[in-house]
Amino acid sequence: MIGIKSYGAYIPWNRLNRKAIYAATGWFNSFTLSYARGEKAIASYDEDSLSMSVAAGMDCLRGIGEEEATGALEALYLSSTTLPYRERQNAGIVAAALGLPEEIRTADFTGSMKAGTAALLAACESVQAGGKSAMVCSADCRQGKAGSVQEQLFGDGGAALLVGDSGVIAAFEGFHSIAADFVDHRRADTDKFDRAWEERWLRDEGFVKFIPRVIKGLLDKYGLKISDFAKIIYPCPYGNVHASIGKIAGAGPEQLQDNLIASVGDTGAAHPLLMLAAALEEAKPGDRLLVVGYGNGCDALIFRVTDEIEKSRAGMARKGVKGYLARRRELNSYEKYAAFQGILPLDLGIRGEDIPATAFSLLWRERKAVLSLSGSKCRACGTPQFPSQRVCVNPECGAIDDMEEYKFAWRKGSIFTFTADNLAVSGEPPAIYGIVNFEGGGRFWFDFTDCELKAVKVGAPVTMSFRRKYLDQGRGVHGYFWKAVLND
Amino acid sequence: MADGIKDKVAIIGMGCNKFGELWNQGPEDLIVEAFKEALEDAGIEKKDIQAAWLGTCVDDVNVGKSAVPLSTALKLPFIPVTRTENFCATGSEAFRGACYAVASGACDIALALGVEKLKDTGYGGLPEFTTLMGIKNRLISPNITAPGAFAMMATRYFEQYGLDPEEGRRVLARVSMKSHHNGALNPKAHLRREITIEQALKAPMVAWPLGLFDCCGVSDGAAAAIVTRPEIAKKLRADAIYVKALQVAASPGEELNYTKWDGAHVETTVRAATRAYQEAGIKNPREEINLMEVHDCFSITELVTYEDLMISPRGRAREDVESGFYDLDGKIPCQPDGGLKCFGHPIGASGLRMIYEVYKQLQGKAGARQVKNPGLGLTHNLGGFPSCSVASISILGN
Repeated sequence: MIGIKSYGAYIPWNRLNRKAIYAATGWFNSFTLSYARGEKAIASYDEDSLSMSVAAGMDCLRGIGEEEATGALEALYLSSTTLPYRERQNAGIVAAALGLPEEIRTADFTGSMKAGTAALLAACESVQAGGKSAMVCSADCRQGKAGSVQEQLFGDGGAALLVGDSGVIAAFEGFHSIAADFVDHRRADTDKFDRAWEERWLRDEGFVKFIPRVIKGLLDKYGLKISDFAKIIYPCPYGNVHASIGKIAGAGPEQLQDNLIASVGDTGAAHPLLMLAAALEEAKPGDRLLVVGYGNGCDALIFRVTDEIEKSRAGMARKGVKGYLARRRELNSYEKYAAFQGILPLDLGIRGEDIPATAFSLLWRERKAVLSLSGSKCRACGTPQFPSQRVCVNPECGAIDDMEEYKFAWRKGSIFTFTADNLAVSGEPPAIYGIVNFEGGGRFWFDFTDCELKAVKVGAPVTMSFRRKYLDQGRGVHGYFWKAVLND
Repeated sequence: MADGIKDKVAIIGMGCNKFGELWNQGPEDLIVEAFKEALEDAGIEKKDIQAAWLGTCVDDVNVGKSAVPLSTALKLPFIPVTRTENFCATGSEAFRGACYAVASGACDIALALGVEKLKDTGYGGLPEFTTLMGIKNRLISPNITAPGAFAMMATRYFEQYGLDPEEGRRVLARVSMKSHHNGALNPKAHLRREITIEQALKAPMVAWPLGLFDCCGVSDGAAAAIVTRPEIAKKLRADAIYVKALQVAASPGEELNYTKWDGAHVETTVRAATRAYQEAGIKNPREEINLMEVHDCFSITELVTYEDLMISPRGRAREDVESGFYDLDGKIPCQPDGGLKCFGHPIGASGLRMIYEVYKQLQGKAGARQVKNPGLGLTHNLGGFPSCSVASISILGN
């Protein structure tokens, strides 16, 4: 049996009430009022599709025990339409951040909203072809122009699925795909924002026709009925259209998986996978799930939930969709949202403009420290140290060249000390940073993120999160490192 | 232990500019002004100087690298000149170089000059520190600023000794208030206004829990010393000042990378002070030291330095602060010239500026802020961050 072994999600901490968006830009397009319901999740100033993919990947691996899972992985597929690099494989950065071995296959899946399901299919087929396990990480971070419907609907988030040939929680039982150059919206290589065709057309000729068609094709292919499925999972950000697609496909309202628009927004290529992760949180053994990715055609996949599902949900450190939905901050500021998205240029001052060049030879040499947050552990005295050292830092030891690699990324830490710095450059001043002591030993200083000063206390527990550290637009460099996030 | 430096070197002349935002003075102006005063004070001629040390730290924004900025500004005639740099302890390193050269007999008379031109960056505060720690550190460290780095020590100090942040901030404000009082008496200081504790507490936050008045100023300046062997000094002047100890300690990295350090003190200061007291033959610093110029880049640095120098008991510097022990009329006046707090911190110059004040005080030439009959003075010049530092200590006497 091959299929999903674990799932993970990532929804950023910041949420923006859609009424706040309407209050800011409704004067320009009053039509957006009909979408101004619920809230959407927003990537922070230090997040992008790549960092959110890593976060979802970590959540997924935590659901199975990260040490065992990272060592066994043979492929990592990344899917997104908003990847930071067009040339420099994004999946390679994610794989390094997840601490995966270098002897694996990686690929970026992009160019369509169905890139998420395309990557999932590829992962399933990699394992069908004899692989042990493959992971899909997916996130999107699409921007709508101020006053647009997309600005209301798009949200940021990600999901990850680990596929393998043992310990399967949802068996992969079939698929059906349609490819069609149906251009409901598009983004050329120089575009920052989506350009969409008339909404009635993209709804009525797009979602409403393609999704029922791929479902019918899938049912016909495998001789199944719609009633054989516990949940039908498909993305469609328009509430009533989402419901009517189900009706056309013959599904009852109880069979439709919540489209997460009111709580997260449309997370693009990641959205069907995020909805699937949410479905797996509730699924019972024996449930059949039908997952559809939609965008220039469709992919439809069948999964059947196994008895392993309950074991996978019990006692694991995964946050999942529910956990991340509960971990939230009301942003309450359209201006802050616009600044985080890079739409509103902030006066960073000379200190902030002065970004030194990135040395890629150094980055390669130090990739374990920078991308994987790996340091060393002294074989002589057992002291973990970051960054890795040639000479042991323990003054009682001092052993030379007797080190082994030691991963800090997955370890819990606690705040040893901190400050909130108004002088340091930050995307959300004051810059909160401090020194972290890791469980099991090791100490270093880190930026703190997703936190407000009043919650930061000496001794408070933190976990590590892969974030964008700097954006050097002049040289086209997205620089990443790890920050400490307060548990909540 | 080796003999040490005690009484092997004498200071025969010193100079120090009026520090400030000297928009219309470049490094050459700063160098020449400090040098002129030192030369006149020593009563020698330029040709008598046989070797020189230049202390300057942030080369990107000001003076330039190498010894050449000093040798060309002063037209030193092809003598050996060396540039030293050791973070904020740079000025003391220049002094140490000159003293060791004289003590070794390599030359008779040497010059140490520290200078920094900070006010050409276009922003407040020091230049970004992460650019000073190598490009690897830039990729893995937060954008730490000097106030942020020292604020983390205040957080630890408050935590360790059970000080409520408001209570702790009040103690720190008292430290700054004392320095502003002294600085107001000093015509060479940059900031010359007295402040109240309430004023300090109400000032804008720079890096929590440090507010504006917990931070030293940023200014341009230079200071210089001319040193020689005692037998030559005695021929030149009756009131030469003698070096009793010179010690530096550099962090091995264990504070930041190992979990033993408590975060509420600076280990390099403790190590350098221990060796300096031994070198100078000091048994009980609280009783034997008569005045101090410590590295008060931030009020919290001064507070923990009282303890690290073993003057105040560990965790109890507050009592000495509140009793006025370190005030100008207290038992051990600290920062009689106003300190970094009022002079600002042109990095390369600060260590020599501290020595300048101790030198003037020991000669009884400190004017309105003269301490009564001091016999031994100490300077403490700290570079880097509490978690990774270089501490330099000098003890001078007559």
